[in-house]
Amino acid sequence: MAEPVLGAAGLTRRFGGLTACDDVAIALRRGELHALLGPNGAGKSTLINLLSGDLRPSSGSIRFKGTEIAAMAPDRRSRLGIGRSYQKTNIFPAFTVFENARLAAQSRRPRPLALALDAARDPDSRRRAQRGLELAGLDEHVERQAGALSHGEQRQLEIAMVLATEPEVLLLDEPLAGMGAEESVRMVALLKRLSSEHAILLVEHDMDAVFALADVITVMVNGQVLESGPPAQIRASVDVQRAYLGQDGD
Amino acid sequence: MPRRLIAPLAALALVALFPMSGATFYVELTTKIMIMAIFALSLDLLVGWTGLVSFGHAAFFGVGAYALALLSPRAEAAGLWSSLGIAILAAAACALVVGIFVLRTRGIYFIMVTLAFAQMFYFVFHDTDVGGGSDGRYVNVKPDATLFGFTPFDLDKPYQVYYLVLAVLVLVFAFLQMVLRSPFGRALQGIRANEQRMRALGFPVTAYKLAAFTLAGALAGLAGYLLAAQSGFVNPEILSWHQSGNVLLMVILGGAGTPFGPIVGAFALTMLHEFFSSITRHWQLFLGGAIVLIVLFMPGGLGHLARRIRRNLFGGARDG
Repeated sequence: MAEPVLGAAGLTRRFGGLTACDDVAIALRRGELHALLGPNGAGKSTLINLLSGDLRPSSGSIRFKGTEIAAMAPDRRSRLGIGRSYQKTNIFPAFTVFENARLAAQSRRPRPLALALDAARDPDSRRRAQRGLELAGLDEHVERQAGALSHGEQRQLEIAMVLATEPEVLLLDEPLAGMGAEESVRMVALLKRLSSEHAILLVEHDMDAVFALADVITVMVNGQVLESGPPAQIRASVDVQRAYLGQDGD
Repeated sequence: MPRRLIAPLAALALVALFPMSGATFYVELTTKIMIMAIFALSLDLLVGWTGLVSFGHAAFFGVGAYALALLSPRAEAAGLWSSLGIAILAAAACALVVGIFVLRTRGIYFIMVTLAFAQMFYFVFHDTDVGGGSDGRYVNVKPDATLFGFTPFDLDKPYQVYYLVLAVLVLVFAFLQMVLRSPFGRALQGIRANEQRMRALGFPVTAYKLAAFTLAGALAGLAGYLLAAQSGFVNPEILSWHQSGNVLLMVILGGAGTPFGPIVGAFALTMLHEFFSSITRHWQLFLGGAIVLIVLFMPGGLGHLARRIRRNLFGGARDG
């Protein structure tokens, strides 16, 4: 099996007496879409925050292509090629849609000393931004103010911004939440397409989407990994059914 | 010509022609206001564009002013270009060092810590003999602007100082406009809007803030230098917390994060001050009341009011 691009072992994060993430191991490989399932409070978002650097682990190791990054700040991890989206839409509401994506793209070639350069005309960041917006299906609304977009469109922008940074690893925290049916279908198709070239970790509650997309599924309960394997194994697992699928109905 | 440039260009023409009135007192007052406007522009880079509310910006203003006073020999002129360079570099260096510490804090703590650092600068000059203690120090002979045998202006002539300061104000304004649309400036505006997301996108946010803090400190040092050169005198009040509050008020009054707001604020606050102090001994009460009213009814500052007037005059143009 291919070496993981991003892998964690023994990853633990405590908040006071609560262990939100307890000795978790996970491996993300290029060309693989890895879905993360679990009931609310299982520690899925905590795990994403640990991998992205928004939170520091209490203990454990995170490796990106063999380099230990557990103590690395989130901006450095982003520059290494780990991109993330947020569960709660996290954009620049006062900027235009295009400027949101362009600013994201600018991070790849920041040129802070080019003080005479008009950033809005920088072809390099414009190209990357355009590509991210096209992939996310938002290229028709580029001059609108981001805060005025519909909720679903803001979710698309969230993805467009991550893609504009051209990451190798995508950590996506519930990208489908709040999207309309049509947007969801398009997003699922996009994720399918992206998964061949990227390593993707997908937190998602939409079971149909997860089982249609995932190559590997990890199920978390109470901060711990309950089961990890291909979709068929997860579907057949008695533990998973008892802990999670059984309660959630579909 | 874009409509939004009409008012600023008219104001610039008015200011450029004003010395022809021959009212030397008001020419010197306007010079002082323009120096404060440069100072306010430098602070707005932090407050309005980066989201860093500094309550200690007078420290760097004072360092620039004291640099000239300390570099001036008792009975001779200091070289303007070298002393100006040193003043700006000294202010930038102080801002860099202070920035390393204060940028570890956020929000209300940032306000308090910048104030605390500025107070340290204040007491260094107030309580030691470095700059003449609480009495301050005179710049007995104005700095000499001679460059390669050519003297472009004479700082002993108030009208020449006026145009020099006006030119510097226009240059600083244009420079900041350029910076704000550069990749660096865009990143600062992103940091103001959503710092966490900027970090997640890969921007080293603290380094950007430190660069902005240093640049703002350098420009404040330039303004302080001009003040010392114009008035020929420095004392610790230049870097007191009143001064930090004063310039912060100018920024808020004019409209933080707007291109012309700090300039409008510098003129408005100084003129309100002159007006109330000319009619009553209790001017502070009325000045304070006027500020409260402006902030209450125009939360976006006077610049916001100007935009509303323009929209009403010229119809629903979309430049808002």
